[in-house]
Amino acid sequence: MAIPLSWWLVVAAALFSIGVYGALTRKNAIAILMGVELILNAVNINLVAFWRYITPNDVAGQVFAVIVITVAAAEAAVGLAIVIAVYRRRRSVVVEELDILKN
Amino acid sequence: MSFDFTQIVFGIMTVCTLGGALGVVTSRNLFHSALYLVLSFLGVAGYYMLLDAGFLAMVQLFVYVGAIAVLILFAIMFSRRVMAANQSQANRQGRLGIPVALILFVALVVVVTSVAWPVSQDKLVSDTVLQLGLAFLGSYLIPFEVVAVLLSVALIGAVILAREKTEAE
Repeated sequence: MAIPLSWWLVVAAALFSIGVYGALTRKNAIAILMGVELILNAVNINLVAFWRYITPNDVAGQVFAVIVITVAAAEAAVGLAIVIAVYRRRRSVVVEELDILKN
Repeated sequence: MSFDFTQIVFGIMTVCTLGGALGVVTSRNLFHSALYLVLSFLGVAGYYMLLDAGFLAMVQLFVYVGAIAVLILFAIMFSRRVMAANQSQANRQGRLGIPVALILFVALVVVVTSVAWPVSQDKLVSDTVLQLGLAFLGSYLIPFEVVAVLLSVALIGAVILAREKTEAE
């Protein structure tokens, strides 16, 4: 195999770390959701790389990856609907300004 | 040093994916972030093709690029703030986030490269789409149905959450 498995895992780890940085340090709620999508993509790369290199004769790895994509789609839809609803009420999507529950 | 063609393609896809990801988390314009996210998704689809998962690459394009990225763009346009275009997008712990992400990356790489993974020389499953179809309606029927219910619930929930309230409510 021209590309060793470790390359795939390192790239997935880099994408995961960038996604974590985005989810932790951005002000806008939609930007945080974009960071979470990067994290989910990194996990999927890991899943498919492990499938290809360790169990290429069993399709379970791809099944897992398809289900992760589906759950990510459902979560993005609901998350963005919440962001839109919050924006309509509070006219702001900056998470630092959404603090009604704070004492 | 002679490079294998797949390694060159891997390098191009890595530039797309990681460059797009860095653009997502550092861009000051939210719209540009969403477009960088599309670039990142395209890079990941290229990865799936390199990993002999062609069907999954198409699913990635249809679902992530065609649906989720478009959904994010719509949400950005629905929630336009009167925000200065060059305002920094980082919150109070922006400085702290870089070492945290770096430490996480180093820890993951150390763990992942120190394991001797049992790489197998088995033959690739022939006709992945057929096997995926058989798996979804066979061994993995319950996750398939559960995910279908999840999608229906998410669809109804998203519509209810984001609709305009009428006068009568």
